Amino acid sequence: MTEELQTESREVRQIYDPIGPTPTSYIREPEDAHPPLDYPGYKSTALRHPKQPLIYLPQTITEITGPQLGPVVVGESDHDLTIQHEGEPIGERITVSGRVFDTEGKPLRGTLVEIWQANAAGRYKHRWDRWPAPLDPNFSGAGRCLTDDEGRYQFTTIKPGPYPWGNHYNAWRPAHIHFSLMGRAFIQRLVTQMYFPGDPFFPYDPIFNSVRDPAARERMISRFSIHDTVPNWAAAYEFDIYLRGPGATPFEEAH
Amino acid sequence: MIFGTTPSQTVGPYFAIGLPFDAGPFVVPEGTPGAIHITGTIYDGAGVPIPDFLLETWQADPGGRFADLHGYGGASEMPGFRGFARYGLEDGDGTFDIVTVKPGPVPGLDGQLQAPHIDVSVFARGMLNRCVTRIYFADETEANAADPGLARVPADRWRTLLAQPTSDGYTIDFRFQGPDETVFFDV
Repeated sequence: MTEELQTESREVRQIYDPIGPTPTSYIREPEDAHPPLDYPGYKSTALRHPKQPLIYLPQTITEITGPQLGPVVVGESDHDLTIQHEGEPIGERITVSGRVFDTEGKPLRGTLVEIWQANAAGRYKHRWDRWPAPLDPNFSGAGRCLTDDEGRYQFTTIKPGPYPWGNHYNAWRPAHIHFSLMGRAFIQRLVTQMYFPGDPFFPYDPIFNSVRDPAARERMISRFSIHDTVPNWAAAYEFDIYLRGPGATPFEEAH
Repeated sequence: MIFGTTPSQTVGPYFAIGLPFDAGPFVVPEGTPGAIHITGTIYDGAGVPIPDFLLETWQADPGGRFADLHGYGGASEMPGFRGFARYGLEDGDGTFDIVTVKPGPVPGLDGQLQAPHIDVSVFARGMLNRCVTRIYFADETEANAADPGLARVPADRWRTLLAQPTSDGYTIDFRFQGPDETVFFDV
C-alpha cells in the first residue's frame, strides 16, 4: 500500500513539473466561475459594484507578471497562529493545509498564501468588530506562508467560530478562514474564504451562496482528514486552491 | 482547463488584521530619487468615500521592466523596486497614498508599445470579487493616443483612467457608479 502511494506520488511529480515556463496567456473563465459583483442578497454590494459593463482588456505583460513578496512579509512563526503570543489561544486546535494548483493541475511553488480569521468565539481582533464575544489575548488571527516545491502550504490555528452580522434578520456567517493568494501573475490574484464541512449556516449565507454553481461552492469547503490529524494534538482540514491556468487568448471577446 | 477555479469571496470588513504590511504602500523604498506619490479617494455609488477598501497596484519600472517573480521579460534592475503596492487600513478614510516611480512604456500585443500604466485591484466588503482597473497618466497624451488598451475605452470615459499631475506626483479617484464611474476591466 505504502509503496503504491509512493509510486503514484512520484508520477504526479513528473507530470506536473513545477518549474515550467511562465505562461504568456491565461484562460478566460466562464461567467459563473465567480460570484456576480451585483448580488442583492448581500446588501453591501448595492453601492459597491460598477454599473457599467467591464471592458475586455487583452492580457499583456503587465497582467502575466507578478511580485515576489515572500521575503518581505513572511516571518518565522507566521504559519502557526497558536504560538504568536505568550499563552495558547482558547479553542479547537486544527491544522489547515493543502496545495495551490492552476487549472491544469500544476502546483504553484513559492507563492504567497495569507489567512485571517475570527477567534474561537467568532470575534475578530479588529477595532470595528463590535459583537459582544470575547477577544482572546493569545490570538491575533493572521498567518502567512509560502508554498513549497509541490505547491503545499500548512497552517496551525484555532477553528474560528460563526458570528452574526447585520445583512438581514438573524444573519450569521458560517465559520470561515479568509484566504489571499498572490499566484505567480497579476491575473491569478484571488481572495476567497475557506469553509468547514457540514456547516449548518450554509443555506442561509448570501456570501457563500453568491457562487451560483453548486460544484464551485463545494470547492470553497475544506475536507476533514483523519489521515493528517495529529493524534492527541490537532484535527486536520485540507483545502486545495485552484488559480487560473494557462490558456489561449481568444482573438475576439467571448461576450 | 481541467479543474475549475476556486471562486472568489469578499475580502470582508476585517482584512486589516491580516493583509497590510509596513512596506505595503512603498513600490520603491522611501527616499528613492525620482519617487512620486500617487494619491486619491475611492467613492461608493452614493459618492461617499469607502473607508474599508484594500488597493493593490502592479507596474513596470521607468525602464519598462517588471520585478516579476520569475524574471519574465528581463527582471528590473532598479534597486529596491518591488513593482507592487498594497494599501488598506483598519481605520481608513477612503483615501490612499502610494510611493512609487512612474512606469515606462511596456510591450503590448503585436509589438505595439503600451502607454505607461499601472494595474490596479480594488477589494472591499461588498465586493464579491476584486475590481480591476488601470491608472494612465494625463501628461502622456501621445502615448495614450496610441495605447491599445485605451483604444477599447469610449473616449468620453478616458478621463476616469487618467491620473492628473500634482506637486509631488499624481492623483486619481476611483468611483463606483455615477456619471464619472471608473472604467473597470475584464482581464
